[in-house]
Amino acid sequence: MAGWRRHAWLLVALAAALALPKIAAIAGQDFYVSFASRVLIWALLASSLNLLVGMGGMVSLGHAAFFGAGAYVVAILSVEAPGGSSALLVWPLAVAVNALLAFLIGAICLRTRGVYFIMITLAFAQMFFYIFTSLTPYGGDDGLSLARRLTLPGLDMAGDATFYYVVLAIFAACLFALGRLKASRFGRVLAGIKDNEARMESLGYATFRFKLVAYTVAGALAGLAGALMANQNGFVSPNMMSWDQSGIALVMVILGGLGSLWGGFAGATAFLVLEEVLSGFSAHWQIVLGLVLLGVVFYAPLGIAGLFARKPR
Amino acid sequence: MNELLLETRALRKRFGGLVATDSVSLAVRRGECHALIGPNGAGKTTLIAQLAGSLAPDAGSIIFAGEDVTALPAHRRAALGLARSFQITSILPSFSVLENLALAVQAVSGSSFRFWQAVKDETALFDRAREILHSVGLAEIAERQAGSLAHGEHRQLELALALATRPQLMLLDEPMAGMGPEESEQMVALIAGLKGRYTLLLVEHDMDAVFRLADRVSVLVDGRVIATGTAREIRANAEVRIAYLGAEEVA
Repeated sequence: MAGWRRHAWLLVALAAALALPKIAAIAGQDFYVSFASRVLIWALLASSLNLLVGMGGMVSLGHAAFFGAGAYVVAILSVEAPGGSSALLVWPLAVAVNALLAFLIGAICLRTRGVYFIMITLAFAQMFFYIFTSLTPYGGDDGLSLARRLTLPGLDMAGDATFYYVVLAIFAACLFALGRLKASRFGRVLAGIKDNEARMESLGYATFRFKLVAYTVAGALAGLAGALMANQNGFVSPNMMSWDQSGIALVMVILGGLGSLWGGFAGATAFLVLEEVLSGFSAHWQIVLGLVLLGVVFYAPLGIAGLFARKPR
Repeated sequence: MNELLLETRALRKRFGGLVATDSVSLAVRRGECHALIGPNGAGKTTLIAQLAGSLAPDAGSIIFAGEDVTALPAHRRAALGLARSFQITSILPSFSVLENLALAVQAVSGSSFRFWQAVKDETALFDRAREILHSVGLAEIAERQAGSLAHGEHRQLELALALATRPQLMLLDEPMAGMGPEESEQMVALIAGLKGRYTLLLVEHDMDAVFRLADRVSVLVDGRVIATGTAREIRANAEVRIAYLGAEEVA
């Protein structure tokens, strides 16, 4: 793809994203602003999972554990320290807590591979789920409502449009950073590990450390997505870390494009739009989702993002 | 010239009832081409795997460049200069040939925990990668996807990857495996060109190639080294002839 064409696409997408709240206001469909925020937050979660699955070949079925833990950082702080409500403090804390959690969990999980890795990540997520289900001071399995959104200096975060712009800025920054990471030395090593880990090991790469760093970064970003989602919904519950949430994130990654930078975004958009449109017709809308997923797996293994990428030579 | 680069002391590995490596004491001198021969199932690849660090021995020790590396993982040994070329081709199939080499060069060119700068701007990596491709005769197919290469080209790439890590010792596990006579001849010439510059431990079935390339030969039978000597000595060794080269030749 020619460089200018790619940049043109980016500009169009960015302009559309910036104009979205205005258009929604004119059309009298303000609902779509918070819908777009939700898409972007899911896109961040799916992109962080894509770093693991698509770039590093580590198929995790427990990624929602960090999503939920990030949300609970926001919720627990709102209970314990109602005064300290600055997002500048709480969001970085959610990132740090989840980086630490992911580092510790990854250090255990990454000693396994393949199906065992899938199972052990799932097991950790289920442990999280049951721990938070029984944490009655923080709502137990009923979850916890937040009184208000966190604040940012100079912005009215209660407004859905403002919050959308904040989420958009965070997502754009994260995606840019992931793009740099993908093309960096670290990203190449990760791709090499996905391709042939034994060979990378015999070339002198300590593959475990590279995978652990990737797992930590992915966990931290998922935690950030969770913190944003807590603010978006004004509500957290253990369901955010249940295994079907991990499964949805994985479906988004496969739908959008394993290993491609825009895969998480494309998958989250397609999934949530499908859900939005189809669930109006039937509660069994996932039947259609299943068919779409089958089609992608068989006819577009590189996902939706792969359809837009340049043809391989 | 007689300094030892690699030494094993009473190395032992057992799989259930099978003793695959039976108190093997092997000594590879710096600068030599040392061949390891033996019938199928003698334990050659098992021994190589222990030397490279992908398989842990049950007992004994491995000394490389004066350091006991028995407990070191494979990547640490590779970083010390112990390179391995696999019997069954092990490359990065979805990378181009050039990218394969660039990643191998990157492994010995400073830290890879760099997250921001694009690799493609690091021209030094790719210059070095091209240089190595040139030396093994793969320069023309640098842009091809590695997974789509022919068998002989895979073997050359396998060797190039080992070369790129600036090794002191190269473990070459059947580099001619599955090659036709013409390709084999090219590979022998290539390895002959490495002699002197690198210390080589060569596992090979092709006796002609072994006797042309090797300074010294060790014979492995049922997990034990039954003889070590120059090519001439090995040819003349009666025990080796009975055990390996074929009893009928003795008769």
